[in-house]
Amino acid sequence: MEYFLILISTVLVNNFVLVQFLGLCPFMSVSRKVETAIGMSMATTFVLTLSSVSSFLVNKYILLKFGLEYLDIIAFILVIAAVVQFTEMFVRKASPMLYQVLGIFLPLITTNCAVLGVALLNIQKDHTFIESLLYGFGASIGFSLVLILFASIRERIAVADVPKPFRGAAISLITAGLMSMAFMGFSGLVKI
Amino acid sequence: MWIAILILTAVALVFGLVLGFAAIRFKVKSDPVVDKIDALLPQTQCGQCTFPGCRPYAEAIASGEVEINQCPPGGDATIVALADLLGRDPLPLNPENGIVKEEKTVVIIDEQICIGCTLCIQACPVDAILGAAKQMHTVIVDECTGCDLCIPPCPVDCIYIVPVKQDVNDWQWPSPDVESVPT
Repeated sequence: MEYFLILISTVLVNNFVLVQFLGLCPFMSVSRKVETAIGMSMATTFVLTLSSVSSFLVNKYILLKFGLEYLDIIAFILVIAAVVQFTEMFVRKASPMLYQVLGIFLPLITTNCAVLGVALLNIQKDHTFIESLLYGFGASIGFSLVLILFASIRERIAVADVPKPFRGAAISLITAGLMSMAFMGFSGLVKI
Repeated sequence: MWIAILILTAVALVFGLVLGFAAIRFKVKSDPVVDKIDALLPQTQCGQCTFPGCRPYAEAIASGEVEINQCPPGGDATIVALADLLGRDPLPLNPENGIVKEEKTVVIIDEQICIGCTLCIQACPVDAILGAAKQMHTVIVDECTGCDLCIPPCPVDCIYIVPVKQDVNDWQWPSPDVESVPT
């Protein structure tokens, strides 16, 4: 039950993009088309889950053991960069099709602040192994959900008759704000 | 402090080893034809073929999208070599991509006129122009490939083409004449 609550909490209530405002750069930049948004979501899901787990392991078995908790940010950046690199190589070999789809998005994830945010929040909340796995997975599912929703909305806006001063980035930001308000409606659904 | 440095170095080393291993283990063989074409191109990365560098042009040739006559720095020798490799007919150089230069040239910037707009820096494919915004720029002559791509963006026309005279310091053996060998 508790694990289920973590999932609900990260996907809807404490959504990383719309409620905690992490990972906004890919949210704004890769949401022009639904196809690319789906590609980015798949890549992020993969990397976020993997880096959440591996940064948990690095923290528990290396940083805590030697009393180096203050180095967590730099250590996690290292972990994330390595995981992303590894994922890129692996995907390229294992599935050239998927590599074509994900393309440039894979290396871009390195700079996605949601990835580092999940790793740091895992420590802050004293998560266990399973919990940090689910936390990372839930965060990426939430990210994907919001990204794909936003991309679909933007595709519609592209053909809509938007008043001239609001065209382009302005209407996108307003849309994001409205979505964020809508997601605020989930708060109170669960408390963790 | 030493512990911290040691641990972090060790962690980085382990990741480096894993990545190095992965690079070998998961190596993807690229198209050998592309490699061969790329080896024949002059690697000036000048972009006159309309592709962003020699390798993308090689890939486009391999996929049959473009003709082999779009490389001005390579000139006729490259076209003949490509035609030989791919079994196509040699074509004259496409004048839309540029003309073959008789002698090697580089560009120089007249620093008295330069206003430091950085436009030429952005145009340079080999990062041979040194400078910053509102500072005068200069060309690193050893790096300049003579592609002249920096000349059109300059708003004050302060970039000139100068021929390079060969002297004992930069003389090289001439490239061997490529002749098509009947097979």
